[in-house]
Amino acid sequence: MRARAAAVELLAPVALVAAAGVVGGLVSQTNQIYFITALISVSTVVAIYVFVGNSGVLSFGHISFFAVGVWAAGVLSIPEQEKPATMPYLFGFLSSTTVGNIPSLLIAAAVGGVFAFLVGLPLMRLSGLAAGIATFAVLGITNNVLRYYEKIGPGLNTFSSVPETTDVLQATVGAVLVVVAAFAYQRSRLGRQLRATREDPAAARAVGVSIYRQRLWAFGLSGFLAGFAGGLYIHFIPINVDAVYLDLTFTTLAMLVIGGATSLWGAVVGALFVSGLDSLLAEMEDGMTVLGVTIDLPAGSRIVVVSAIMALVLIVRPGGLTGGREVSLGGLGRRLRPAQAVAK
Amino acid sequence: MSGLVASGLVASGLGSFAGDAVDLQVQVDAISLGAIFALMAVGIGLVFGVMRLVNFAYGQLIMAGAFALAYASDRGWPVVAGIVLCFAVVLALSLAMERVVFRPLRTQSGAVMLIATFAVAFLLQSIALLWFGPLGKTATSLVELNRPVSIGGVDIRKITIVAIVTAAVCLALLVLLLNRTSIGLHMRAASLDFSTARLLGVRANLVSGVAVLIAGVLAAVVAVLLTVQYPTVTPTYALQETILVLAGVVVGGMTRLLSATLGGFLIGYVSGLLGGALPSSQSQYLPSFLFGLVILVLLVRPDGLFSRSRGVVERV
Repeated sequence: MRARAAAVELLAPVALVAAAGVVGGLVSQTNQIYFITALISVSTVVAIYVFVGNSGVLSFGHISFFAVGVWAAGVLSIPEQEKPATMPYLFGFLSSTTVGNIPSLLIAAAVGGVFAFLVGLPLMRLSGLAAGIATFAVLGITNNVLRYYEKIGPGLNTFSSVPETTDVLQATVGAVLVVVAAFAYQRSRLGRQLRATREDPAAARAVGVSIYRQRLWAFGLSGFLAGFAGGLYIHFIPINVDAVYLDLTFTTLAMLVIGGATSLWGAVVGALFVSGLDSLLAEMEDGMTVLGVTIDLPAGSRIVVVSAIMALVLIVRPGGLTGGREVSLGGLGRRLRPAQAVAK
Repeated sequence: MSGLVASGLVASGLGSFAGDAVDLQVQVDAISLGAIFALMAVGIGLVFGVMRLVNFAYGQLIMAGAFALAYASDRGWPVVAGIVLCFAVVLALSLAMERVVFRPLRTQSGAVMLIATFAVAFLLQSIALLWFGPLGKTATSLVELNRPVSIGGVDIRKITIVAIVTAAVCLALLVLLLNRTSIGLHMRAASLDFSTARLLGVRANLVSGVAVLIAGVLAAVVAVLLTVQYPTVTPTYALQETILVLAGVVVGGMTRLLSATLGGFLIGYVSGLLGGALPSSQSQYLPSFLFGLVILVLLVRPDGLFSRSRGVVERV
């Protein structure tokens, strides 16, 4: 019975991701962009969920791990002869090394994970608003350094000539891997201990759980997955440092909270819902005909609508679309998990 | 890093002691930036105190006010009309925000409220982008105040004096309001313990409305002061400042208005000093230095520099 419930909890999000992947594989080339974006968003949001959802501590710093993943994968996979054009000041070993697609993703993940772990060593002692602001400060520093330190990347330039290897297949496989990793973690001994600290820190400590250590593991794993997502992203579209700062931080956090921050299912649903909405509105900006009615929104209005809907969802359903619960077949009897855990 | 900052502080401290002209200018600029940040910190801290809500959209209120000023100066309106428009826009937006977003979410967790204010911030920013474009507009009616006056052989821009005086007056008025009026008493009670205050007859909607209104007034004042120094108003106007002030407020200690205000002042002051002290080759890393300091302070004093420290872990 428990095994079946667990299987449902894992299979539902995986099936949803796979479905998005299959549909994405069938649609036209121009529309594939939307699906790949959505699938990468799933990877990113689930990566953030691993820490924020399980620990109940809000982090604004995860896009820094995503960003170092972007930098690692981007810098290392640009062909050597192309590097001097956009990155003339690179460290010697970076400009003379070029790695393939899969190794670059693994390196991105590793760099993200190590960075998160190192940052976490001091920061995981904090909680509440102090933790939020400290992780924000990490984001600010990371962005500032990536923006101006041209020995490790293109600085203000846009990455160019990164092989565009993230297609629908890779994005889907990547998202499924991230979801499986998140699931495996939250069912593991470590994950359960961390969730216990989220529900009741004092009781968790009383039974011998170290809040600091559990948060640190989750932070590192979460940074690892975020770095991986960053790697996927830079192999998808050329971006610059502005693309991995505040806007992305808010969008991904909003996806998580809108889906329901305390469940894996919520993270996946939130990412797909907001991405879907965003894509739909993007199409409407170009003019779209639905049932004989042509909708043509002025350019730029999609962010207005998306953010208005974000606010609306939060006002109407503060627990998120899923109420922060995992999927269950019975539905009744399992609704134990309160939705307000991401409070402290 | 901290050594560098400390030496910067010591150096400028000595400089002002010796009456060194250049350093005095840096000092005055830093104090005036600190004063503006302190006003923003009060706006954020007051709403946090009463509603336990971190208002990330505060910067967008200032942005809206700045656009109002730019709009007025575009049309060649008199200065006073521009300022009136600025106050009207900011106050209307504040009240709408309180009524539509804050009030329904009052019982929700801090995270949900914070994300909701993100959404509002995003919304206002994208509306501004749609309306005024990414390059924004220029507010020029008060640029006169950038002219320097000479005091004791030191050139000081008028706006720095205006900013410091305005901030002092606003804070004094606020202290009077909080300590000498019954609505002030209600607000202080609500920020100590909202539910008990309600039981004793404090009207929740009134108190939070007044807090948001005062925060709005301060945002409008900041908009006027900031547009003098930075007349180019874009959709991301005051965003960077808001982030710094939020950090400053937490560094100071969010639980008390005074410590939050001091934190806001401090981060503005340090930011001004560092901006003057760092060599130009490193000034692009100013945000890193500031955020590094923020992290250091938070690690040493997670409850805030100026807060009366409680135990970090709540007992059962």
